[in-house]
Amino acid sequence: MLNTVRTLFLTFLHAFQRRATVQYPEEHPYLPPRYRGRIILSRDPDGMERCVACNLCAVACPVDCISLQKTEENGRWYPEFFRINFSRCIFCGFCEEACPTYAIQLTPDFEMSEYARPNLVYEKEDLLISGTGKYPDYSFYHVAGVTIPGKDRGEAKRERPPVDLHTLLP
Amino acid sequence: MVTFQLDGLQCSTRADINLLQACLEAGANLPYFCWHPELGSVGACRQCAIKQFSGPDDKTGRIVMACMTPVTEGTRVSIDDAEAKEFREGVIEWMMVNHPHDCPVCPEGGECHLQDMTVMTGHNTRRYRFTKRTHRNQDLGPFLNHEMNRCIACYRCVRFYKDYAGGEDLAVLGAHDNVYFGRSEDGTLENAFSGNLAEICPTGVFTDKPFSETYTRKWDMRGAPSVCVHCGVGCNTFVNARDEKVRRLLNRYNDEVNRYALCDRGRFGHGFVNAPSRLHTPLCLSEEQPTPVPTQSAMAQFARMVASGPIVGIASSRASLEACFSLQCLVGREQFSTGQTQQEQTCAELAYTLLRDHPGSIPTLHDMESADAVLVLGEDVSATAPRLALALRQAGRQNSFLAADAAKVPRWMDAAVRTIGSETLSSLFIVTPAPTDLDKSAEETFRAVPDNAARLGFAIAHQLDPTAPAVPDLTPFEAEQANRIATALGAAKKPLIVSGMQYGSPALIQAAARIARSLAQNTPDAGLSLVMPDCNSMGMAMMGGLPLETVMMRARAGAIGTLIIVENDLTRHLDPPEIVELLEAVPNIVLIDHTATALWQNANLVLPAAAFTEYAGTLISQEGRAQRFFPAVFPLSPIQASWRWVQELARALPPSAEPQLAPHRTDITAWQNLDDVLAALGTEIPIFAGIIKAAPDAAYRLNGQKLRSQTYRASGRTVIRSYISVRDQPPPTNPDTPFSSSMEGAYQPDMPAALVPSFHAPAWNSVQALNRFQQEIGGPLRGGEAGIRLLANHALKNGQTEQLPAPDIPPPFTPQSDTVLLLPDVRLFGSEELSMLSPPVVARAPPANLRLPAHGTATASHITFHLEGYGPQTLPVQLVADLPDGIALCPAHMVAPAFSFPRLARLTATRAEGDGS
Amino acid sequence: MSQIPFLAIVLTPLVILALATLLTWVERRLLGLWQDRHGPNRVGPGGLFQAVADGIKILFKQDWIPPFADKAIFVLAPTIGMMTVLLSFGAIPFTAWSGIVGTLNVGLLFILGMMGLGVYAVVLAGWASNSKYALLGGMRAAAQMISYEVFMGLSLLGVVMIAGSFNLHDIVMAQTHCWFILPQCLGFLVFLLAGIAETHRLPFDLPEGENELGAGFHTEYSGMKFGMFFIAEYAGIILISSLVTTLYLGGWQGPLLPAALWFLLKTTSVVIFFILLRAALPRPRYDQLMALGWKILLPLSLLNVTATGTVLMLRAAG
Repeated sequence: MLNTVRTLFLTFLHAFQRRATVQYPEEHPYLPPRYRGRIILSRDPDGMERCVACNLCAVACPVDCISLQKTEENGRWYPEFFRINFSRCIFCGFCEEACPTYAIQLTPDFEMSEYARPNLVYEKEDLLISGTGKYPDYSFYHVAGVTIPGKDRGEAKRERPPVDLHTLLP
Repeated sequence: MVTFQLDGLQCSTRADINLLQACLEAGANLPYFCWHPELGSVGACRQCAIKQFSGPDDKTGRIVMACMTPVTEGTRVSIDDAEAKEFREGVIEWMMVNHPHDCPVCPEGGECHLQDMTVMTGHNTRRYRFTKRTHRNQDLGPFLNHEMNRCIACYRCVRFYKDYAGGEDLAVLGAHDNVYFGRSEDGTLENAFSGNLAEICPTGVFTDKPFSETYTRKWDMRGAPSVCVHCGVGCNTFVNARDEKVRRLLNRYNDEVNRYALCDRGRFGHGFVNAPSRLHTPLCLSEEQPTPVPTQSAMAQFARMVASGPIVGIASSRASLEACFSLQCLVGREQFSTGQTQQEQTCAELAYTLLRDHPGSIPTLHDMESADAVLVLGEDVSATAPRLALALRQAGRQNSFLAADAAKVPRWMDAAVRTIGSETLSSLFIVTPAPTDLDKSAEETFRAVPDNAARLGFAIAHQLDPTAPAVPDLTPFEAEQANRIATALGAAKKPLIVSGMQYGSPALIQAAARIARSLAQNTPDAGLSLVMPDCNSMGMAMMGGLPLETVMMRARAGAIGTLIIVENDLTRHLDPPEIVELLEAVPNIVLIDHTATALWQNANLVLPAAAFTEYAGTLISQEGRAQRFFPAVFPLSPIQASWRWVQELARALPPSAEPQLAPHRTDITAWQNLDDVLAALGTEIPIFAGIIKAAPDAAYRLNGQKLRSQTYRASGRTVIRSYISVRDQPPPTNPDTPFSSSMEGAYQPDMPAALVPSFHAPAWNSVQALNRFQQEIGGPLRGGEAGIRLLANHALKNGQTEQLPAPDIPPPFTPQSDTVLLLPDVRLFGSEELSMLSPPVVARAPPANLRLPAHGTATASHITFHLEGYGPQTLPVQLVADLPDGIALCPAHMVAPAFSFPRLARLTATRAEGDGS
Repeated sequence: MSQIPFLAIVLTPLVILALATLLTWVERRLLGLWQDRHGPNRVGPGGLFQAVADGIKILFKQDWIPPFADKAIFVLAPTIGMMTVLLSFGAIPFTAWSGIVGTLNVGLLFILGMMGLGVYAVVLAGWASNSKYALLGGMRAAAQMISYEVFMGLSLLGVVMIAGSFNLHDIVMAQTHCWFILPQCLGFLVFLLAGIAETHRLPFDLPEGENELGAGFHTEYSGMKFGMFFIAEYAGIILISSLVTTLYLGGWQGPLLPAALWFLLKTTSVVIFFILLRAALPRPRYDQLMALGWKILLPLSLLNVTATGTVLMLRAAG
């Protein structure tokens, strides 16, 4: 009984507290960098596409709204197409967590209303940005073992030069 | 049976296996790498360490490698033991020391045995902070990618490639922890089974290159059980597809047929289903040009055609049984042709009757692996039936198994058994005109032209059974050969005779059957296997029909108004002049095929059929096994199965009083699904009554559900088609199969073997999940048998052996001075029709050349010869040692599409370099 | 009583409806205030016209009757709900000289009767919808409202005993010196709780508990028929508040300010208290609600009657 009265009183006191909501759209709330809004694809520090078309974002997606096809150029994997159906997306951020290359990132932008649903289907051209996003220094191919133009065998981080098969030295 | 104790649980198991197998069969998760059910144990990787206790009082125990320890009665072992766990974790940590950070860009990712095993051991953090070893990769040709950094040195690749498949160009190079698995230099892997390395390799060192072009993760692909269409063996396969496009083909374990391996033609030959040569819409000939038309007007066109005279149908040995049967139902038995020449049909029907009446056994491929004496008579099986050749190669190991048994070495102890085997010879005899890839495994090879090979065969039969007719004019040398082979075969417990119709010689087939029959009088297990050229050659031989020659005769007489050709490229059977004649004599040609074959521009009506990946149908393999294949792809309308096209043609027939214009079987128009076709087939042709049981029917439900054909974690459902329409479409359905096209439905390890869409088990994402689907490792699938045998072993008991007709023993071959005998040189890559529409196989196929005896007179680099109907042909020359005199080997179907062998030709030397024909 | 102004008959329902509509907005704004947010503030000054906008929207919605519903009763139900509430206002004396029949000699009984009839609206709506959630909501409503009607009547006995009249005007007049909230504090408490339950307001809105029943008895309603339930509920709040004012808070009486303003002020305070309850308290379980009624409120109201009677008897004797 007293608890109820206390609850009523405390709730009543809230009338004199600051309001937590802001007057959007005149006033914009502060969205932290890790806010889960519109999805983008970033590039690595060399300016190349970070996405290696590993399909992990697609399989992590609980609403199955990501689809892509792998293609390859000089040892680098790329998505031939990369499609997100934002009319299905629930902005859970699982894709970002699954991404092994920091390519797919969620941004603090949520203003993506459309009158027609097909306009919410984003292709790679719509998703790809020219920067590195939240992770400025990471480059997947500099730690991976595959060879790409400009990085030969054994030139990745923590790699020895290729083995000479003709030597018998220990 | 023995019982052993695994972590406190009593398990019973077979006596002749090792602990690793026993643990896996008991359902335990024990990681391993180097052990493979088909390759045995070598104890190289140290991953399957478990604790073994010497008795009930032993509390300490000792760590043993499960794969190297035989299971014995009362053994007490522990997988969960802390020390063993730590050991396995340590082993995998060492392996991961040099493993690159590649999984996202590795085609093996998601179906990687190494990933599975790493998760299984619990290793998750890299402690090693020093540098990783790297290797340079090699270009291994159009079939395989090579990425040596990922290697964990389990030695499976070389053990499969060298020891199992007999390849010579893949080896271990380097020393200590730098070992390198590759060729001595870049180049295409030569062995016909190199593609299996992609499945054998537990990680991503060898991966499927054509698949990598249109790569998709395993979990995203729809799977369907299928049957290979590139030869008559009938290997079981999985077709994997995504977004209605076939991505790859995988081996589907069938304990009696292909087991763990597929040949490269089968694995990479499926490219024709995605090739630009596919037909997508009905075409009508208008102003000499094929023009796309809607289905309705195509049918109207056909209805107008039939007024011009009787309809004749030509089926094909590469079409499904249902397609052929529906055509027979439409045109009637008297107007139905098998689409083979007289020579081909005689051989096929002879082979069928001989197999049907064979008193011994008709061995499956797995049976062949345990044959202890084999005679291959006049057939290059390594090219015409590669997987069969691989089985014969394993037959060559029988002696080493016997020696191992005598030495009390378990058969799975691979290195030891192979060491013993290197001392013993296998009883494999090969009699062919030209060297074959199987020669290396043979005890003895004999070079003879087909006629002489047949004579040798008859001579062997006479040696074994004096009542068989003797061969006249036998040279003492040949007699001695026949005697030697006959002795070896006669001494064997499980002899096997293999022949085929590569050279179109009925005498060869008869000779082979006669030897087998003679052997069967004393050894009931005497096997006979006759190689058929196409995936449904046996089905066509059982169904019967007119040869193409009869069709030609009727066409010349003007007795054909409309010719319906189903999935047959006639230019592969008839010479160009005959084709021209046929086109002129027949007013209307209807072509139903999935691919634009040579005659598509001449056909008045072309109807696009579904390829084997797009519909359900039945094929009968050369051992008489009816096997069902299922669709992985749902093709866009109007593409549909050939039998549905034939049905539409039947429906389009105008109502007419004339009986010859009505369908032969009037119920053809009422068929609803495949099961109706099969039921009709069973009543019309009783020998096919059993094939309805080749797989469960479309009404089959498991736990009240359809079977799912996608994995439970297929992705992109709401987006993959959204660029076309953002609305969700219902998943496609197929009335012929019990499969749902989506991830919804039942799936479990004991589902019917003919309906398994892929192998996956919890914690086992790689192909090794197969272990969970088998009753016992290397044994039958838990879901029973896939397919059904139509030919029974020991068909006729010895007492009632039907007397074979007196054979037509050919005279000995004498080389001519001015002409040579042209023999077909069937190529593994190049001769088969459909696989040559697949880009990787085209890239792998060697250029056509003419092979001549090395000791002959030919010295020119190019030679021209005259081929009737084709004119002069110029080919580069390859000299082959110990080829019999007076013959030349011409690549089958490469120089001239149709080429009935044998043929005589005149050769003239040319100097024109690079000047093709 | 003989001269009922025609104007009052026309105006009172209109004003009540307007106030009820306004109350929907007031409630949302107040909830916003107590939950540290703004509430509807876009339409008109301070969002005042939000109620108008909602009204227009609800009027333009399709007049939809589910095909499986019992059509006549389906339409009748909201009408009953609306009518009973509006009729009740007839007996409320807003001031000493106004009100339609504020001096009705059975005023309190009339109001209780009308409230009793209000149960039919909910039960019939739940029944006529022919859907399981609506029916469950209707059943709950019937049980809840019939139960609480008992204590409501009993709790009012004390007031009637002191005032000695069912005439609401007389009851107000009896409070000239002392508001009944003081001698009848127990009765007040029981009446307040019963009033909340009668109007099925939060926290006692179990008949429409959305997390288990969809929207309870009006799950199948939409458009203006739903609107009628909605407005009737808010009019019900005003009614109970007016009753509380009349019965316990001295009605229109008060110093300095005009009588109408006093009535409005007191009623508004009670309404705001109702909204505060909604903002602060969670919904009890259904069995807890019934237990509260029969095991606590019923004895309390009986105690109240006994105590009041005893005191009155003693006073009469003494």
